[in-house]
Amino acid sequence: MPDQVFATRYSARRHRNIAASALALAATAFGLGWLVLILGALLWQGFSGLSVAVFTKMTPPPGSAGGLLNPIVGSLVLTVIAVVIGTPIGILAGTYMAEYGRYDRLTSVVRFINDILLSAPSIVVGLFIYEIMVAPMGHFSGWAGGVALSVLVIPVVVRTTEDMLALVPNALREAATSIGLPRSLSITRICYRAARAGMVTGVLLAVARISGETAPLLFTSLNNQFWSTDLNQPISSLPVVIFQFALSPYHDWQALAWTGALIITLAVLALSIGARALVSTGKQS
Amino acid sequence: MDPAGRRSVVDVALHDQAVVMAEAATRAKVLGRLRLGDAVFRHTTRAAAIGVLALLSAVIVSLIAGSVPAVRTFGFGFLLSESWNPVTDKFGALPAIYGTIVTSFIAMLIAIPVGLMIAFFLTELCPQWVRRPIGIAIELLAGIPSIIYGIWGLFVFAPFLQETLQPFLINTLGNLPWIGSLFAGPPYGIGMLTSGLILAIMVLPFITSISRDVFEAVPSVLKEAAYGLGCTTWEVVRNVVLPYTRVGVIGGVMLALGRALGETMAVTFVIGNAHRISASILAPGTTISATIANEFTEAVGDLYTSALIELGLILFVITFIVLAIARYLLLRIERRIG
Repeated sequence: MPDQVFATRYSARRHRNIAASALALAATAFGLGWLVLILGALLWQGFSGLSVAVFTKMTPPPGSAGGLLNPIVGSLVLTVIAVVIGTPIGILAGTYMAEYGRYDRLTSVVRFINDILLSAPSIVVGLFIYEIMVAPMGHFSGWAGGVALSVLVIPVVVRTTEDMLALVPNALREAATSIGLPRSLSITRICYRAARAGMVTGVLLAVARISGETAPLLFTSLNNQFWSTDLNQPISSLPVVIFQFALSPYHDWQALAWTGALIITLAVLALSIGARALVSTGKQS
Repeated sequence: MDPAGRRSVVDVALHDQAVVMAEAATRAKVLGRLRLGDAVFRHTTRAAAIGVLALLSAVIVSLIAGSVPAVRTFGFGFLLSESWNPVTDKFGALPAIYGTIVTSFIAMLIAIPVGLMIAFFLTELCPQWVRRPIGIAIELLAGIPSIIYGIWGLFVFAPFLQETLQPFLINTLGNLPWIGSLFAGPPYGIGMLTSGLILAIMVLPFITSISRDVFEAVPSVLKEAAYGLGCTTWEVVRNVVLPYTRVGVIGGVMLALGRALGETMAVTFVIGNAHRISASILAPGTTISATIANEFTEAVGDLYTSALIELGLILFVITFIVLAIARYLLLRIERRIG
């Protein structure tokens, strides 16, 4: 083949390479662009509404001023219930998978199912809790909302607990056994301590995950326009209020929805950045 | 560390108890108690692990139980019927299933190439020091709650599309034969295309982070060998990295698809909630999850509720299958990479 053909082929390949690289760069800019656009819109729209009143006043009827106190408190209450129910179950299940049954068939099945639960549609969880709690009890309630969120907490905590316990060196377990420590104590006193940073990260990630969840709350805890901490009654929550207010025709409700959205996003970002920082300091020490 | 740790645990426990009884008897007692505690702990953890399985079964069973009235009334025709009329109690799932599939398809059409290109950029092109910040920023996109995408989509993105992209599509592609009907009709802003685009942004991080992880796991020897033959970077990625990681990439794509199919809030805001099947992707439609979110609390009558629960069951079965395939593929590549 003459040299010329080689040269043109070579330059064609080079050009294709340059084009692909440029496309990759453009794709990255495209991906990051959305983050900037969304956060920018949130700050732009939500920041102006941010004031003391947001944290001290109740949700208003349309046309009057108010704040987001009851949904913020409601969200905190629901999150606490979800964490209190979901974390122990998740940690215990993760403990079994990493400590007792690491090579069991049961563990691989649970891991598989857990990974599916991790990304299962959250609206289905809402339907499930409606079926087992709301319908038999005959009314929407804060408890149902909390339990629905706990169903979302469990898989996250199971996953991180198992992963983190698997990283604990076996030498620690052997040392514990050699001084006569029973298995349960060697797990709770030695392994848990060694894996603590990672396990806390798991809980933080779970909180980040549920704090923006709306779908499972729509027909479990419903919403409450008034101040209520009675868990047998419908309770207000920030995501549901955002949903309701954003879709309303009233301008001041929409403004409050933006402010609520900003609060949730900042909380979620702070939680996930905090979780990341915790993991990286845990790795260094 | 704790100086007590150097003695045997039984001795520590004995010491803590301020022994009164004969030592041998107490020692046996403490040992027995430790053994009991051990057994209790072991079985509690096992029960919790089984509880995770029970949770999934309970979800399925409760959904099946809830959809019995609808299944009994509509039978298999539920899947194929297009009507959705709460007044006459006639329900069919076809528009919702259609909307779910179309929006997810649009999302994957955009997110797969873009996600792979970002992973290509992060693993092969970009300088080491920006790799981590960009990776984290992309993953933050995954952390933003879906309701935020929804409110942003409704107030910012949909009006923007209504004024720019949609008239453009109608005036150009809309006039073509064959595919013209896909882009027909007025620019509503909201609709299936908008939902698909927002879903694409939402699932992008899943595809990117999984493909980046599997790309990084390709043995350098393979890539170096290809470079040694004179391949360009793109050729290495195209002919060495992608074939080697194919299973993992498909796993990541399926995982993202599972997310897109089940996503609720972001779609509910911008889909338009119209129970009909339109040829145009600019038209409003509905998805399974958006239908449930919009109508469940307002559903009166057992049949209406039951029809919505059956929709939930269909959604769960679809996503379960997709996610199970995703996990299976990811498990396979994990085993190979080690």
